[in-house]
Amino acid sequence: MSDIKLKGKVHKYGSNVNTDEIIPARYLNLSDLETLAKYCMEDIDKDFVKRVKTGDIIVAQNNFGCGSSREHAPAVIKAVGVSAVIANSFARIFFRNAINIGLPILECPQAVEALSNGDEVEIDLDAGEIKNISKNEIYKTQKFPDFMQKIIKAGGLLGYIKK
Amino acid sequence: MGQTISEKILAAHCGKKIVEAGEFIEPKLDIVLANDITAPLAIREFAKTGAKKIFDKNKIVFVMDHFTPNKDINSAEQVKFVREFAKEQKIKHYYEGGQSGVEHALLPEQGIVTAGDVIIGADSHTCTYGAIGAFSTGGGSTDVAAAMTTGRIWFKVPQSIKFILKGKLKKWVSGKDIILYIIGMISVDGALYNAMEFTGSAVKNLTIADRFTICNMAIEAGAKSGIFEADNVTKKYLSGRSLRKPKYYQSDKDAKYNQIYEIDCSKIYPQIAKPFLPSNADAVKNLKKTYIDQVVIGSCTNGRIEDLRIAALIIKKGKKINSNVRAIIIPATAQVYSQALKEGLIKIFIDAGAIVSAPTCGPCLGGYMGILAAGEKCVSTTNRNFVGRMGHIKSEVFLASPATAAASAVKGYISSPESI
Repeated sequence: MSDIKLKGKVHKYGSNVNTDEIIPARYLNLSDLETLAKYCMEDIDKDFVKRVKTGDIIVAQNNFGCGSSREHAPAVIKAVGVSAVIANSFARIFFRNAINIGLPILECPQAVEALSNGDEVEIDLDAGEIKNISKNEIYKTQKFPDFMQKIIKAGGLLGYIKK
Repeated sequence: MGQTISEKILAAHCGKKIVEAGEFIEPKLDIVLANDITAPLAIREFAKTGAKKIFDKNKIVFVMDHFTPNKDINSAEQVKFVREFAKEQKIKHYYEGGQSGVEHALLPEQGIVTAGDVIIGADSHTCTYGAIGAFSTGGGSTDVAAAMTTGRIWFKVPQSIKFILKGKLKKWVSGKDIILYIIGMISVDGALYNAMEFTGSAVKNLTIADRFTICNMAIEAGAKSGIFEADNVTKKYLSGRSLRKPKYYQSDKDAKYNQIYEIDCSKIYPQIAKPFLPSNADAVKNLKKTYIDQVVIGSCTNGRIEDLRIAALIIKKGKKINSNVRAIIIPATAQVYSQALKEGLIKIFIDAGAIVSAPTCGPCLGGYMGILAAGEKCVSTTNRNFVGRMGHIKSEVFLASPATAAASAVKGYISSPESI
């Protein structure tokens, strides 16, 4: 699904983080993701882009990515180097966009509750495990349905339809 | 086991008798839509598939509406990129300039979408077309790229939630008030992954514009789609307009629903959704006096001729826009604009001191044509009141119907339509 290792520090947010917060629409007269990435989370977490390191993981409560259908949102999260998003639930268009572009997203309320800002986490998608290195805990996640696994294994939707 | 209208439409598009909620399907699409923000990404992804031609030049629709008429060089470059692709691929439904308009008002108006269709659009408010009995939902740019290549898309068949609307609406209460009330009741993720099906005795009295508004905001409750069964109101609207033959489907009596809500619409007062979520809805009358700086009447939610008529009626009664308020009125399409001119609505707006803009999504998503400064408050007929949605992160958007927005523009503070 992704070449980068799913390992890094947690950046934790609340419920209903929306696509306009992930990437404000005022910047969308551009579609170059590297440029857009500079503004990721700007309106709710000004220093996010400065703090985030490759491999880091976003953790949020309910309905992450609600609002627009703009794929720029998961794409920008991926472009800043975030390796995965864990939440209690995802807005549905964000969910499918993330699957389609190959950004690992996991619904795991147990992990959301246990994880704190700054925790060091490693995710093993094949085993369905989220390992909290800082607290020495393991949380089990559900596996994707077969159909989605096919898309994920093909590296995203376009890889899947090429087959 | 019976089937819902959504299941029947989806089944018909994958050559099956039955589909079940939770099942993954790849239905044939009748229409694939993208706009000036989402089409550029979709076109670049399409190029990566190695495909040279789109699957059907009559089924791809590109509407340049978000930052048009192009607000700056970057937006102009994006539109140019889409225009050149549309020309090269001989796309029939490419809309820009005087023929364009806000996509979800334009497509039904031009008869491009019809009852029984399956539609995907790289815009979350694509769910609007459920108003005419279509299964219609938002996706991303990669979805559109895949759909442009194959004419199909992957879906998980949604469960449905039934909303039985009953009772007679109070004066000035419209589709916008009903949907804000429902989102307030079930929250912004109350219908997550579900189709919202609207039915009941109150539906026959809802105009087609009310139904568009209600389905438009299904996404604000997290839904995959919103849908009404077609009735005489729908058939009259589609007649002489649909470019293709409509197909009408009904839910079976024994269809399975995830949840059923009964809503007594006679109890709904004009609603206002306070910052920063559409679910922060309350009756306007419960709000303490809130002074405002701007009013926006327009968008894919409420920029239709019916909306402008109600706004004009109230503004005419109130005579003048309050001198502390910028009232920006945006007819959603050229046809709406032309009709409003014919009916004298534009003159009412301008004489009262409002600003009338060319069709655009503009301020709804903080693009241009009415951006808010820090601390400013706006009553808007649009669909989202998120942090920074219409400008500065310390500005505030209150969502309301055209009637409430117009009344507030006259008074200078958030006001119920009956106050005029």
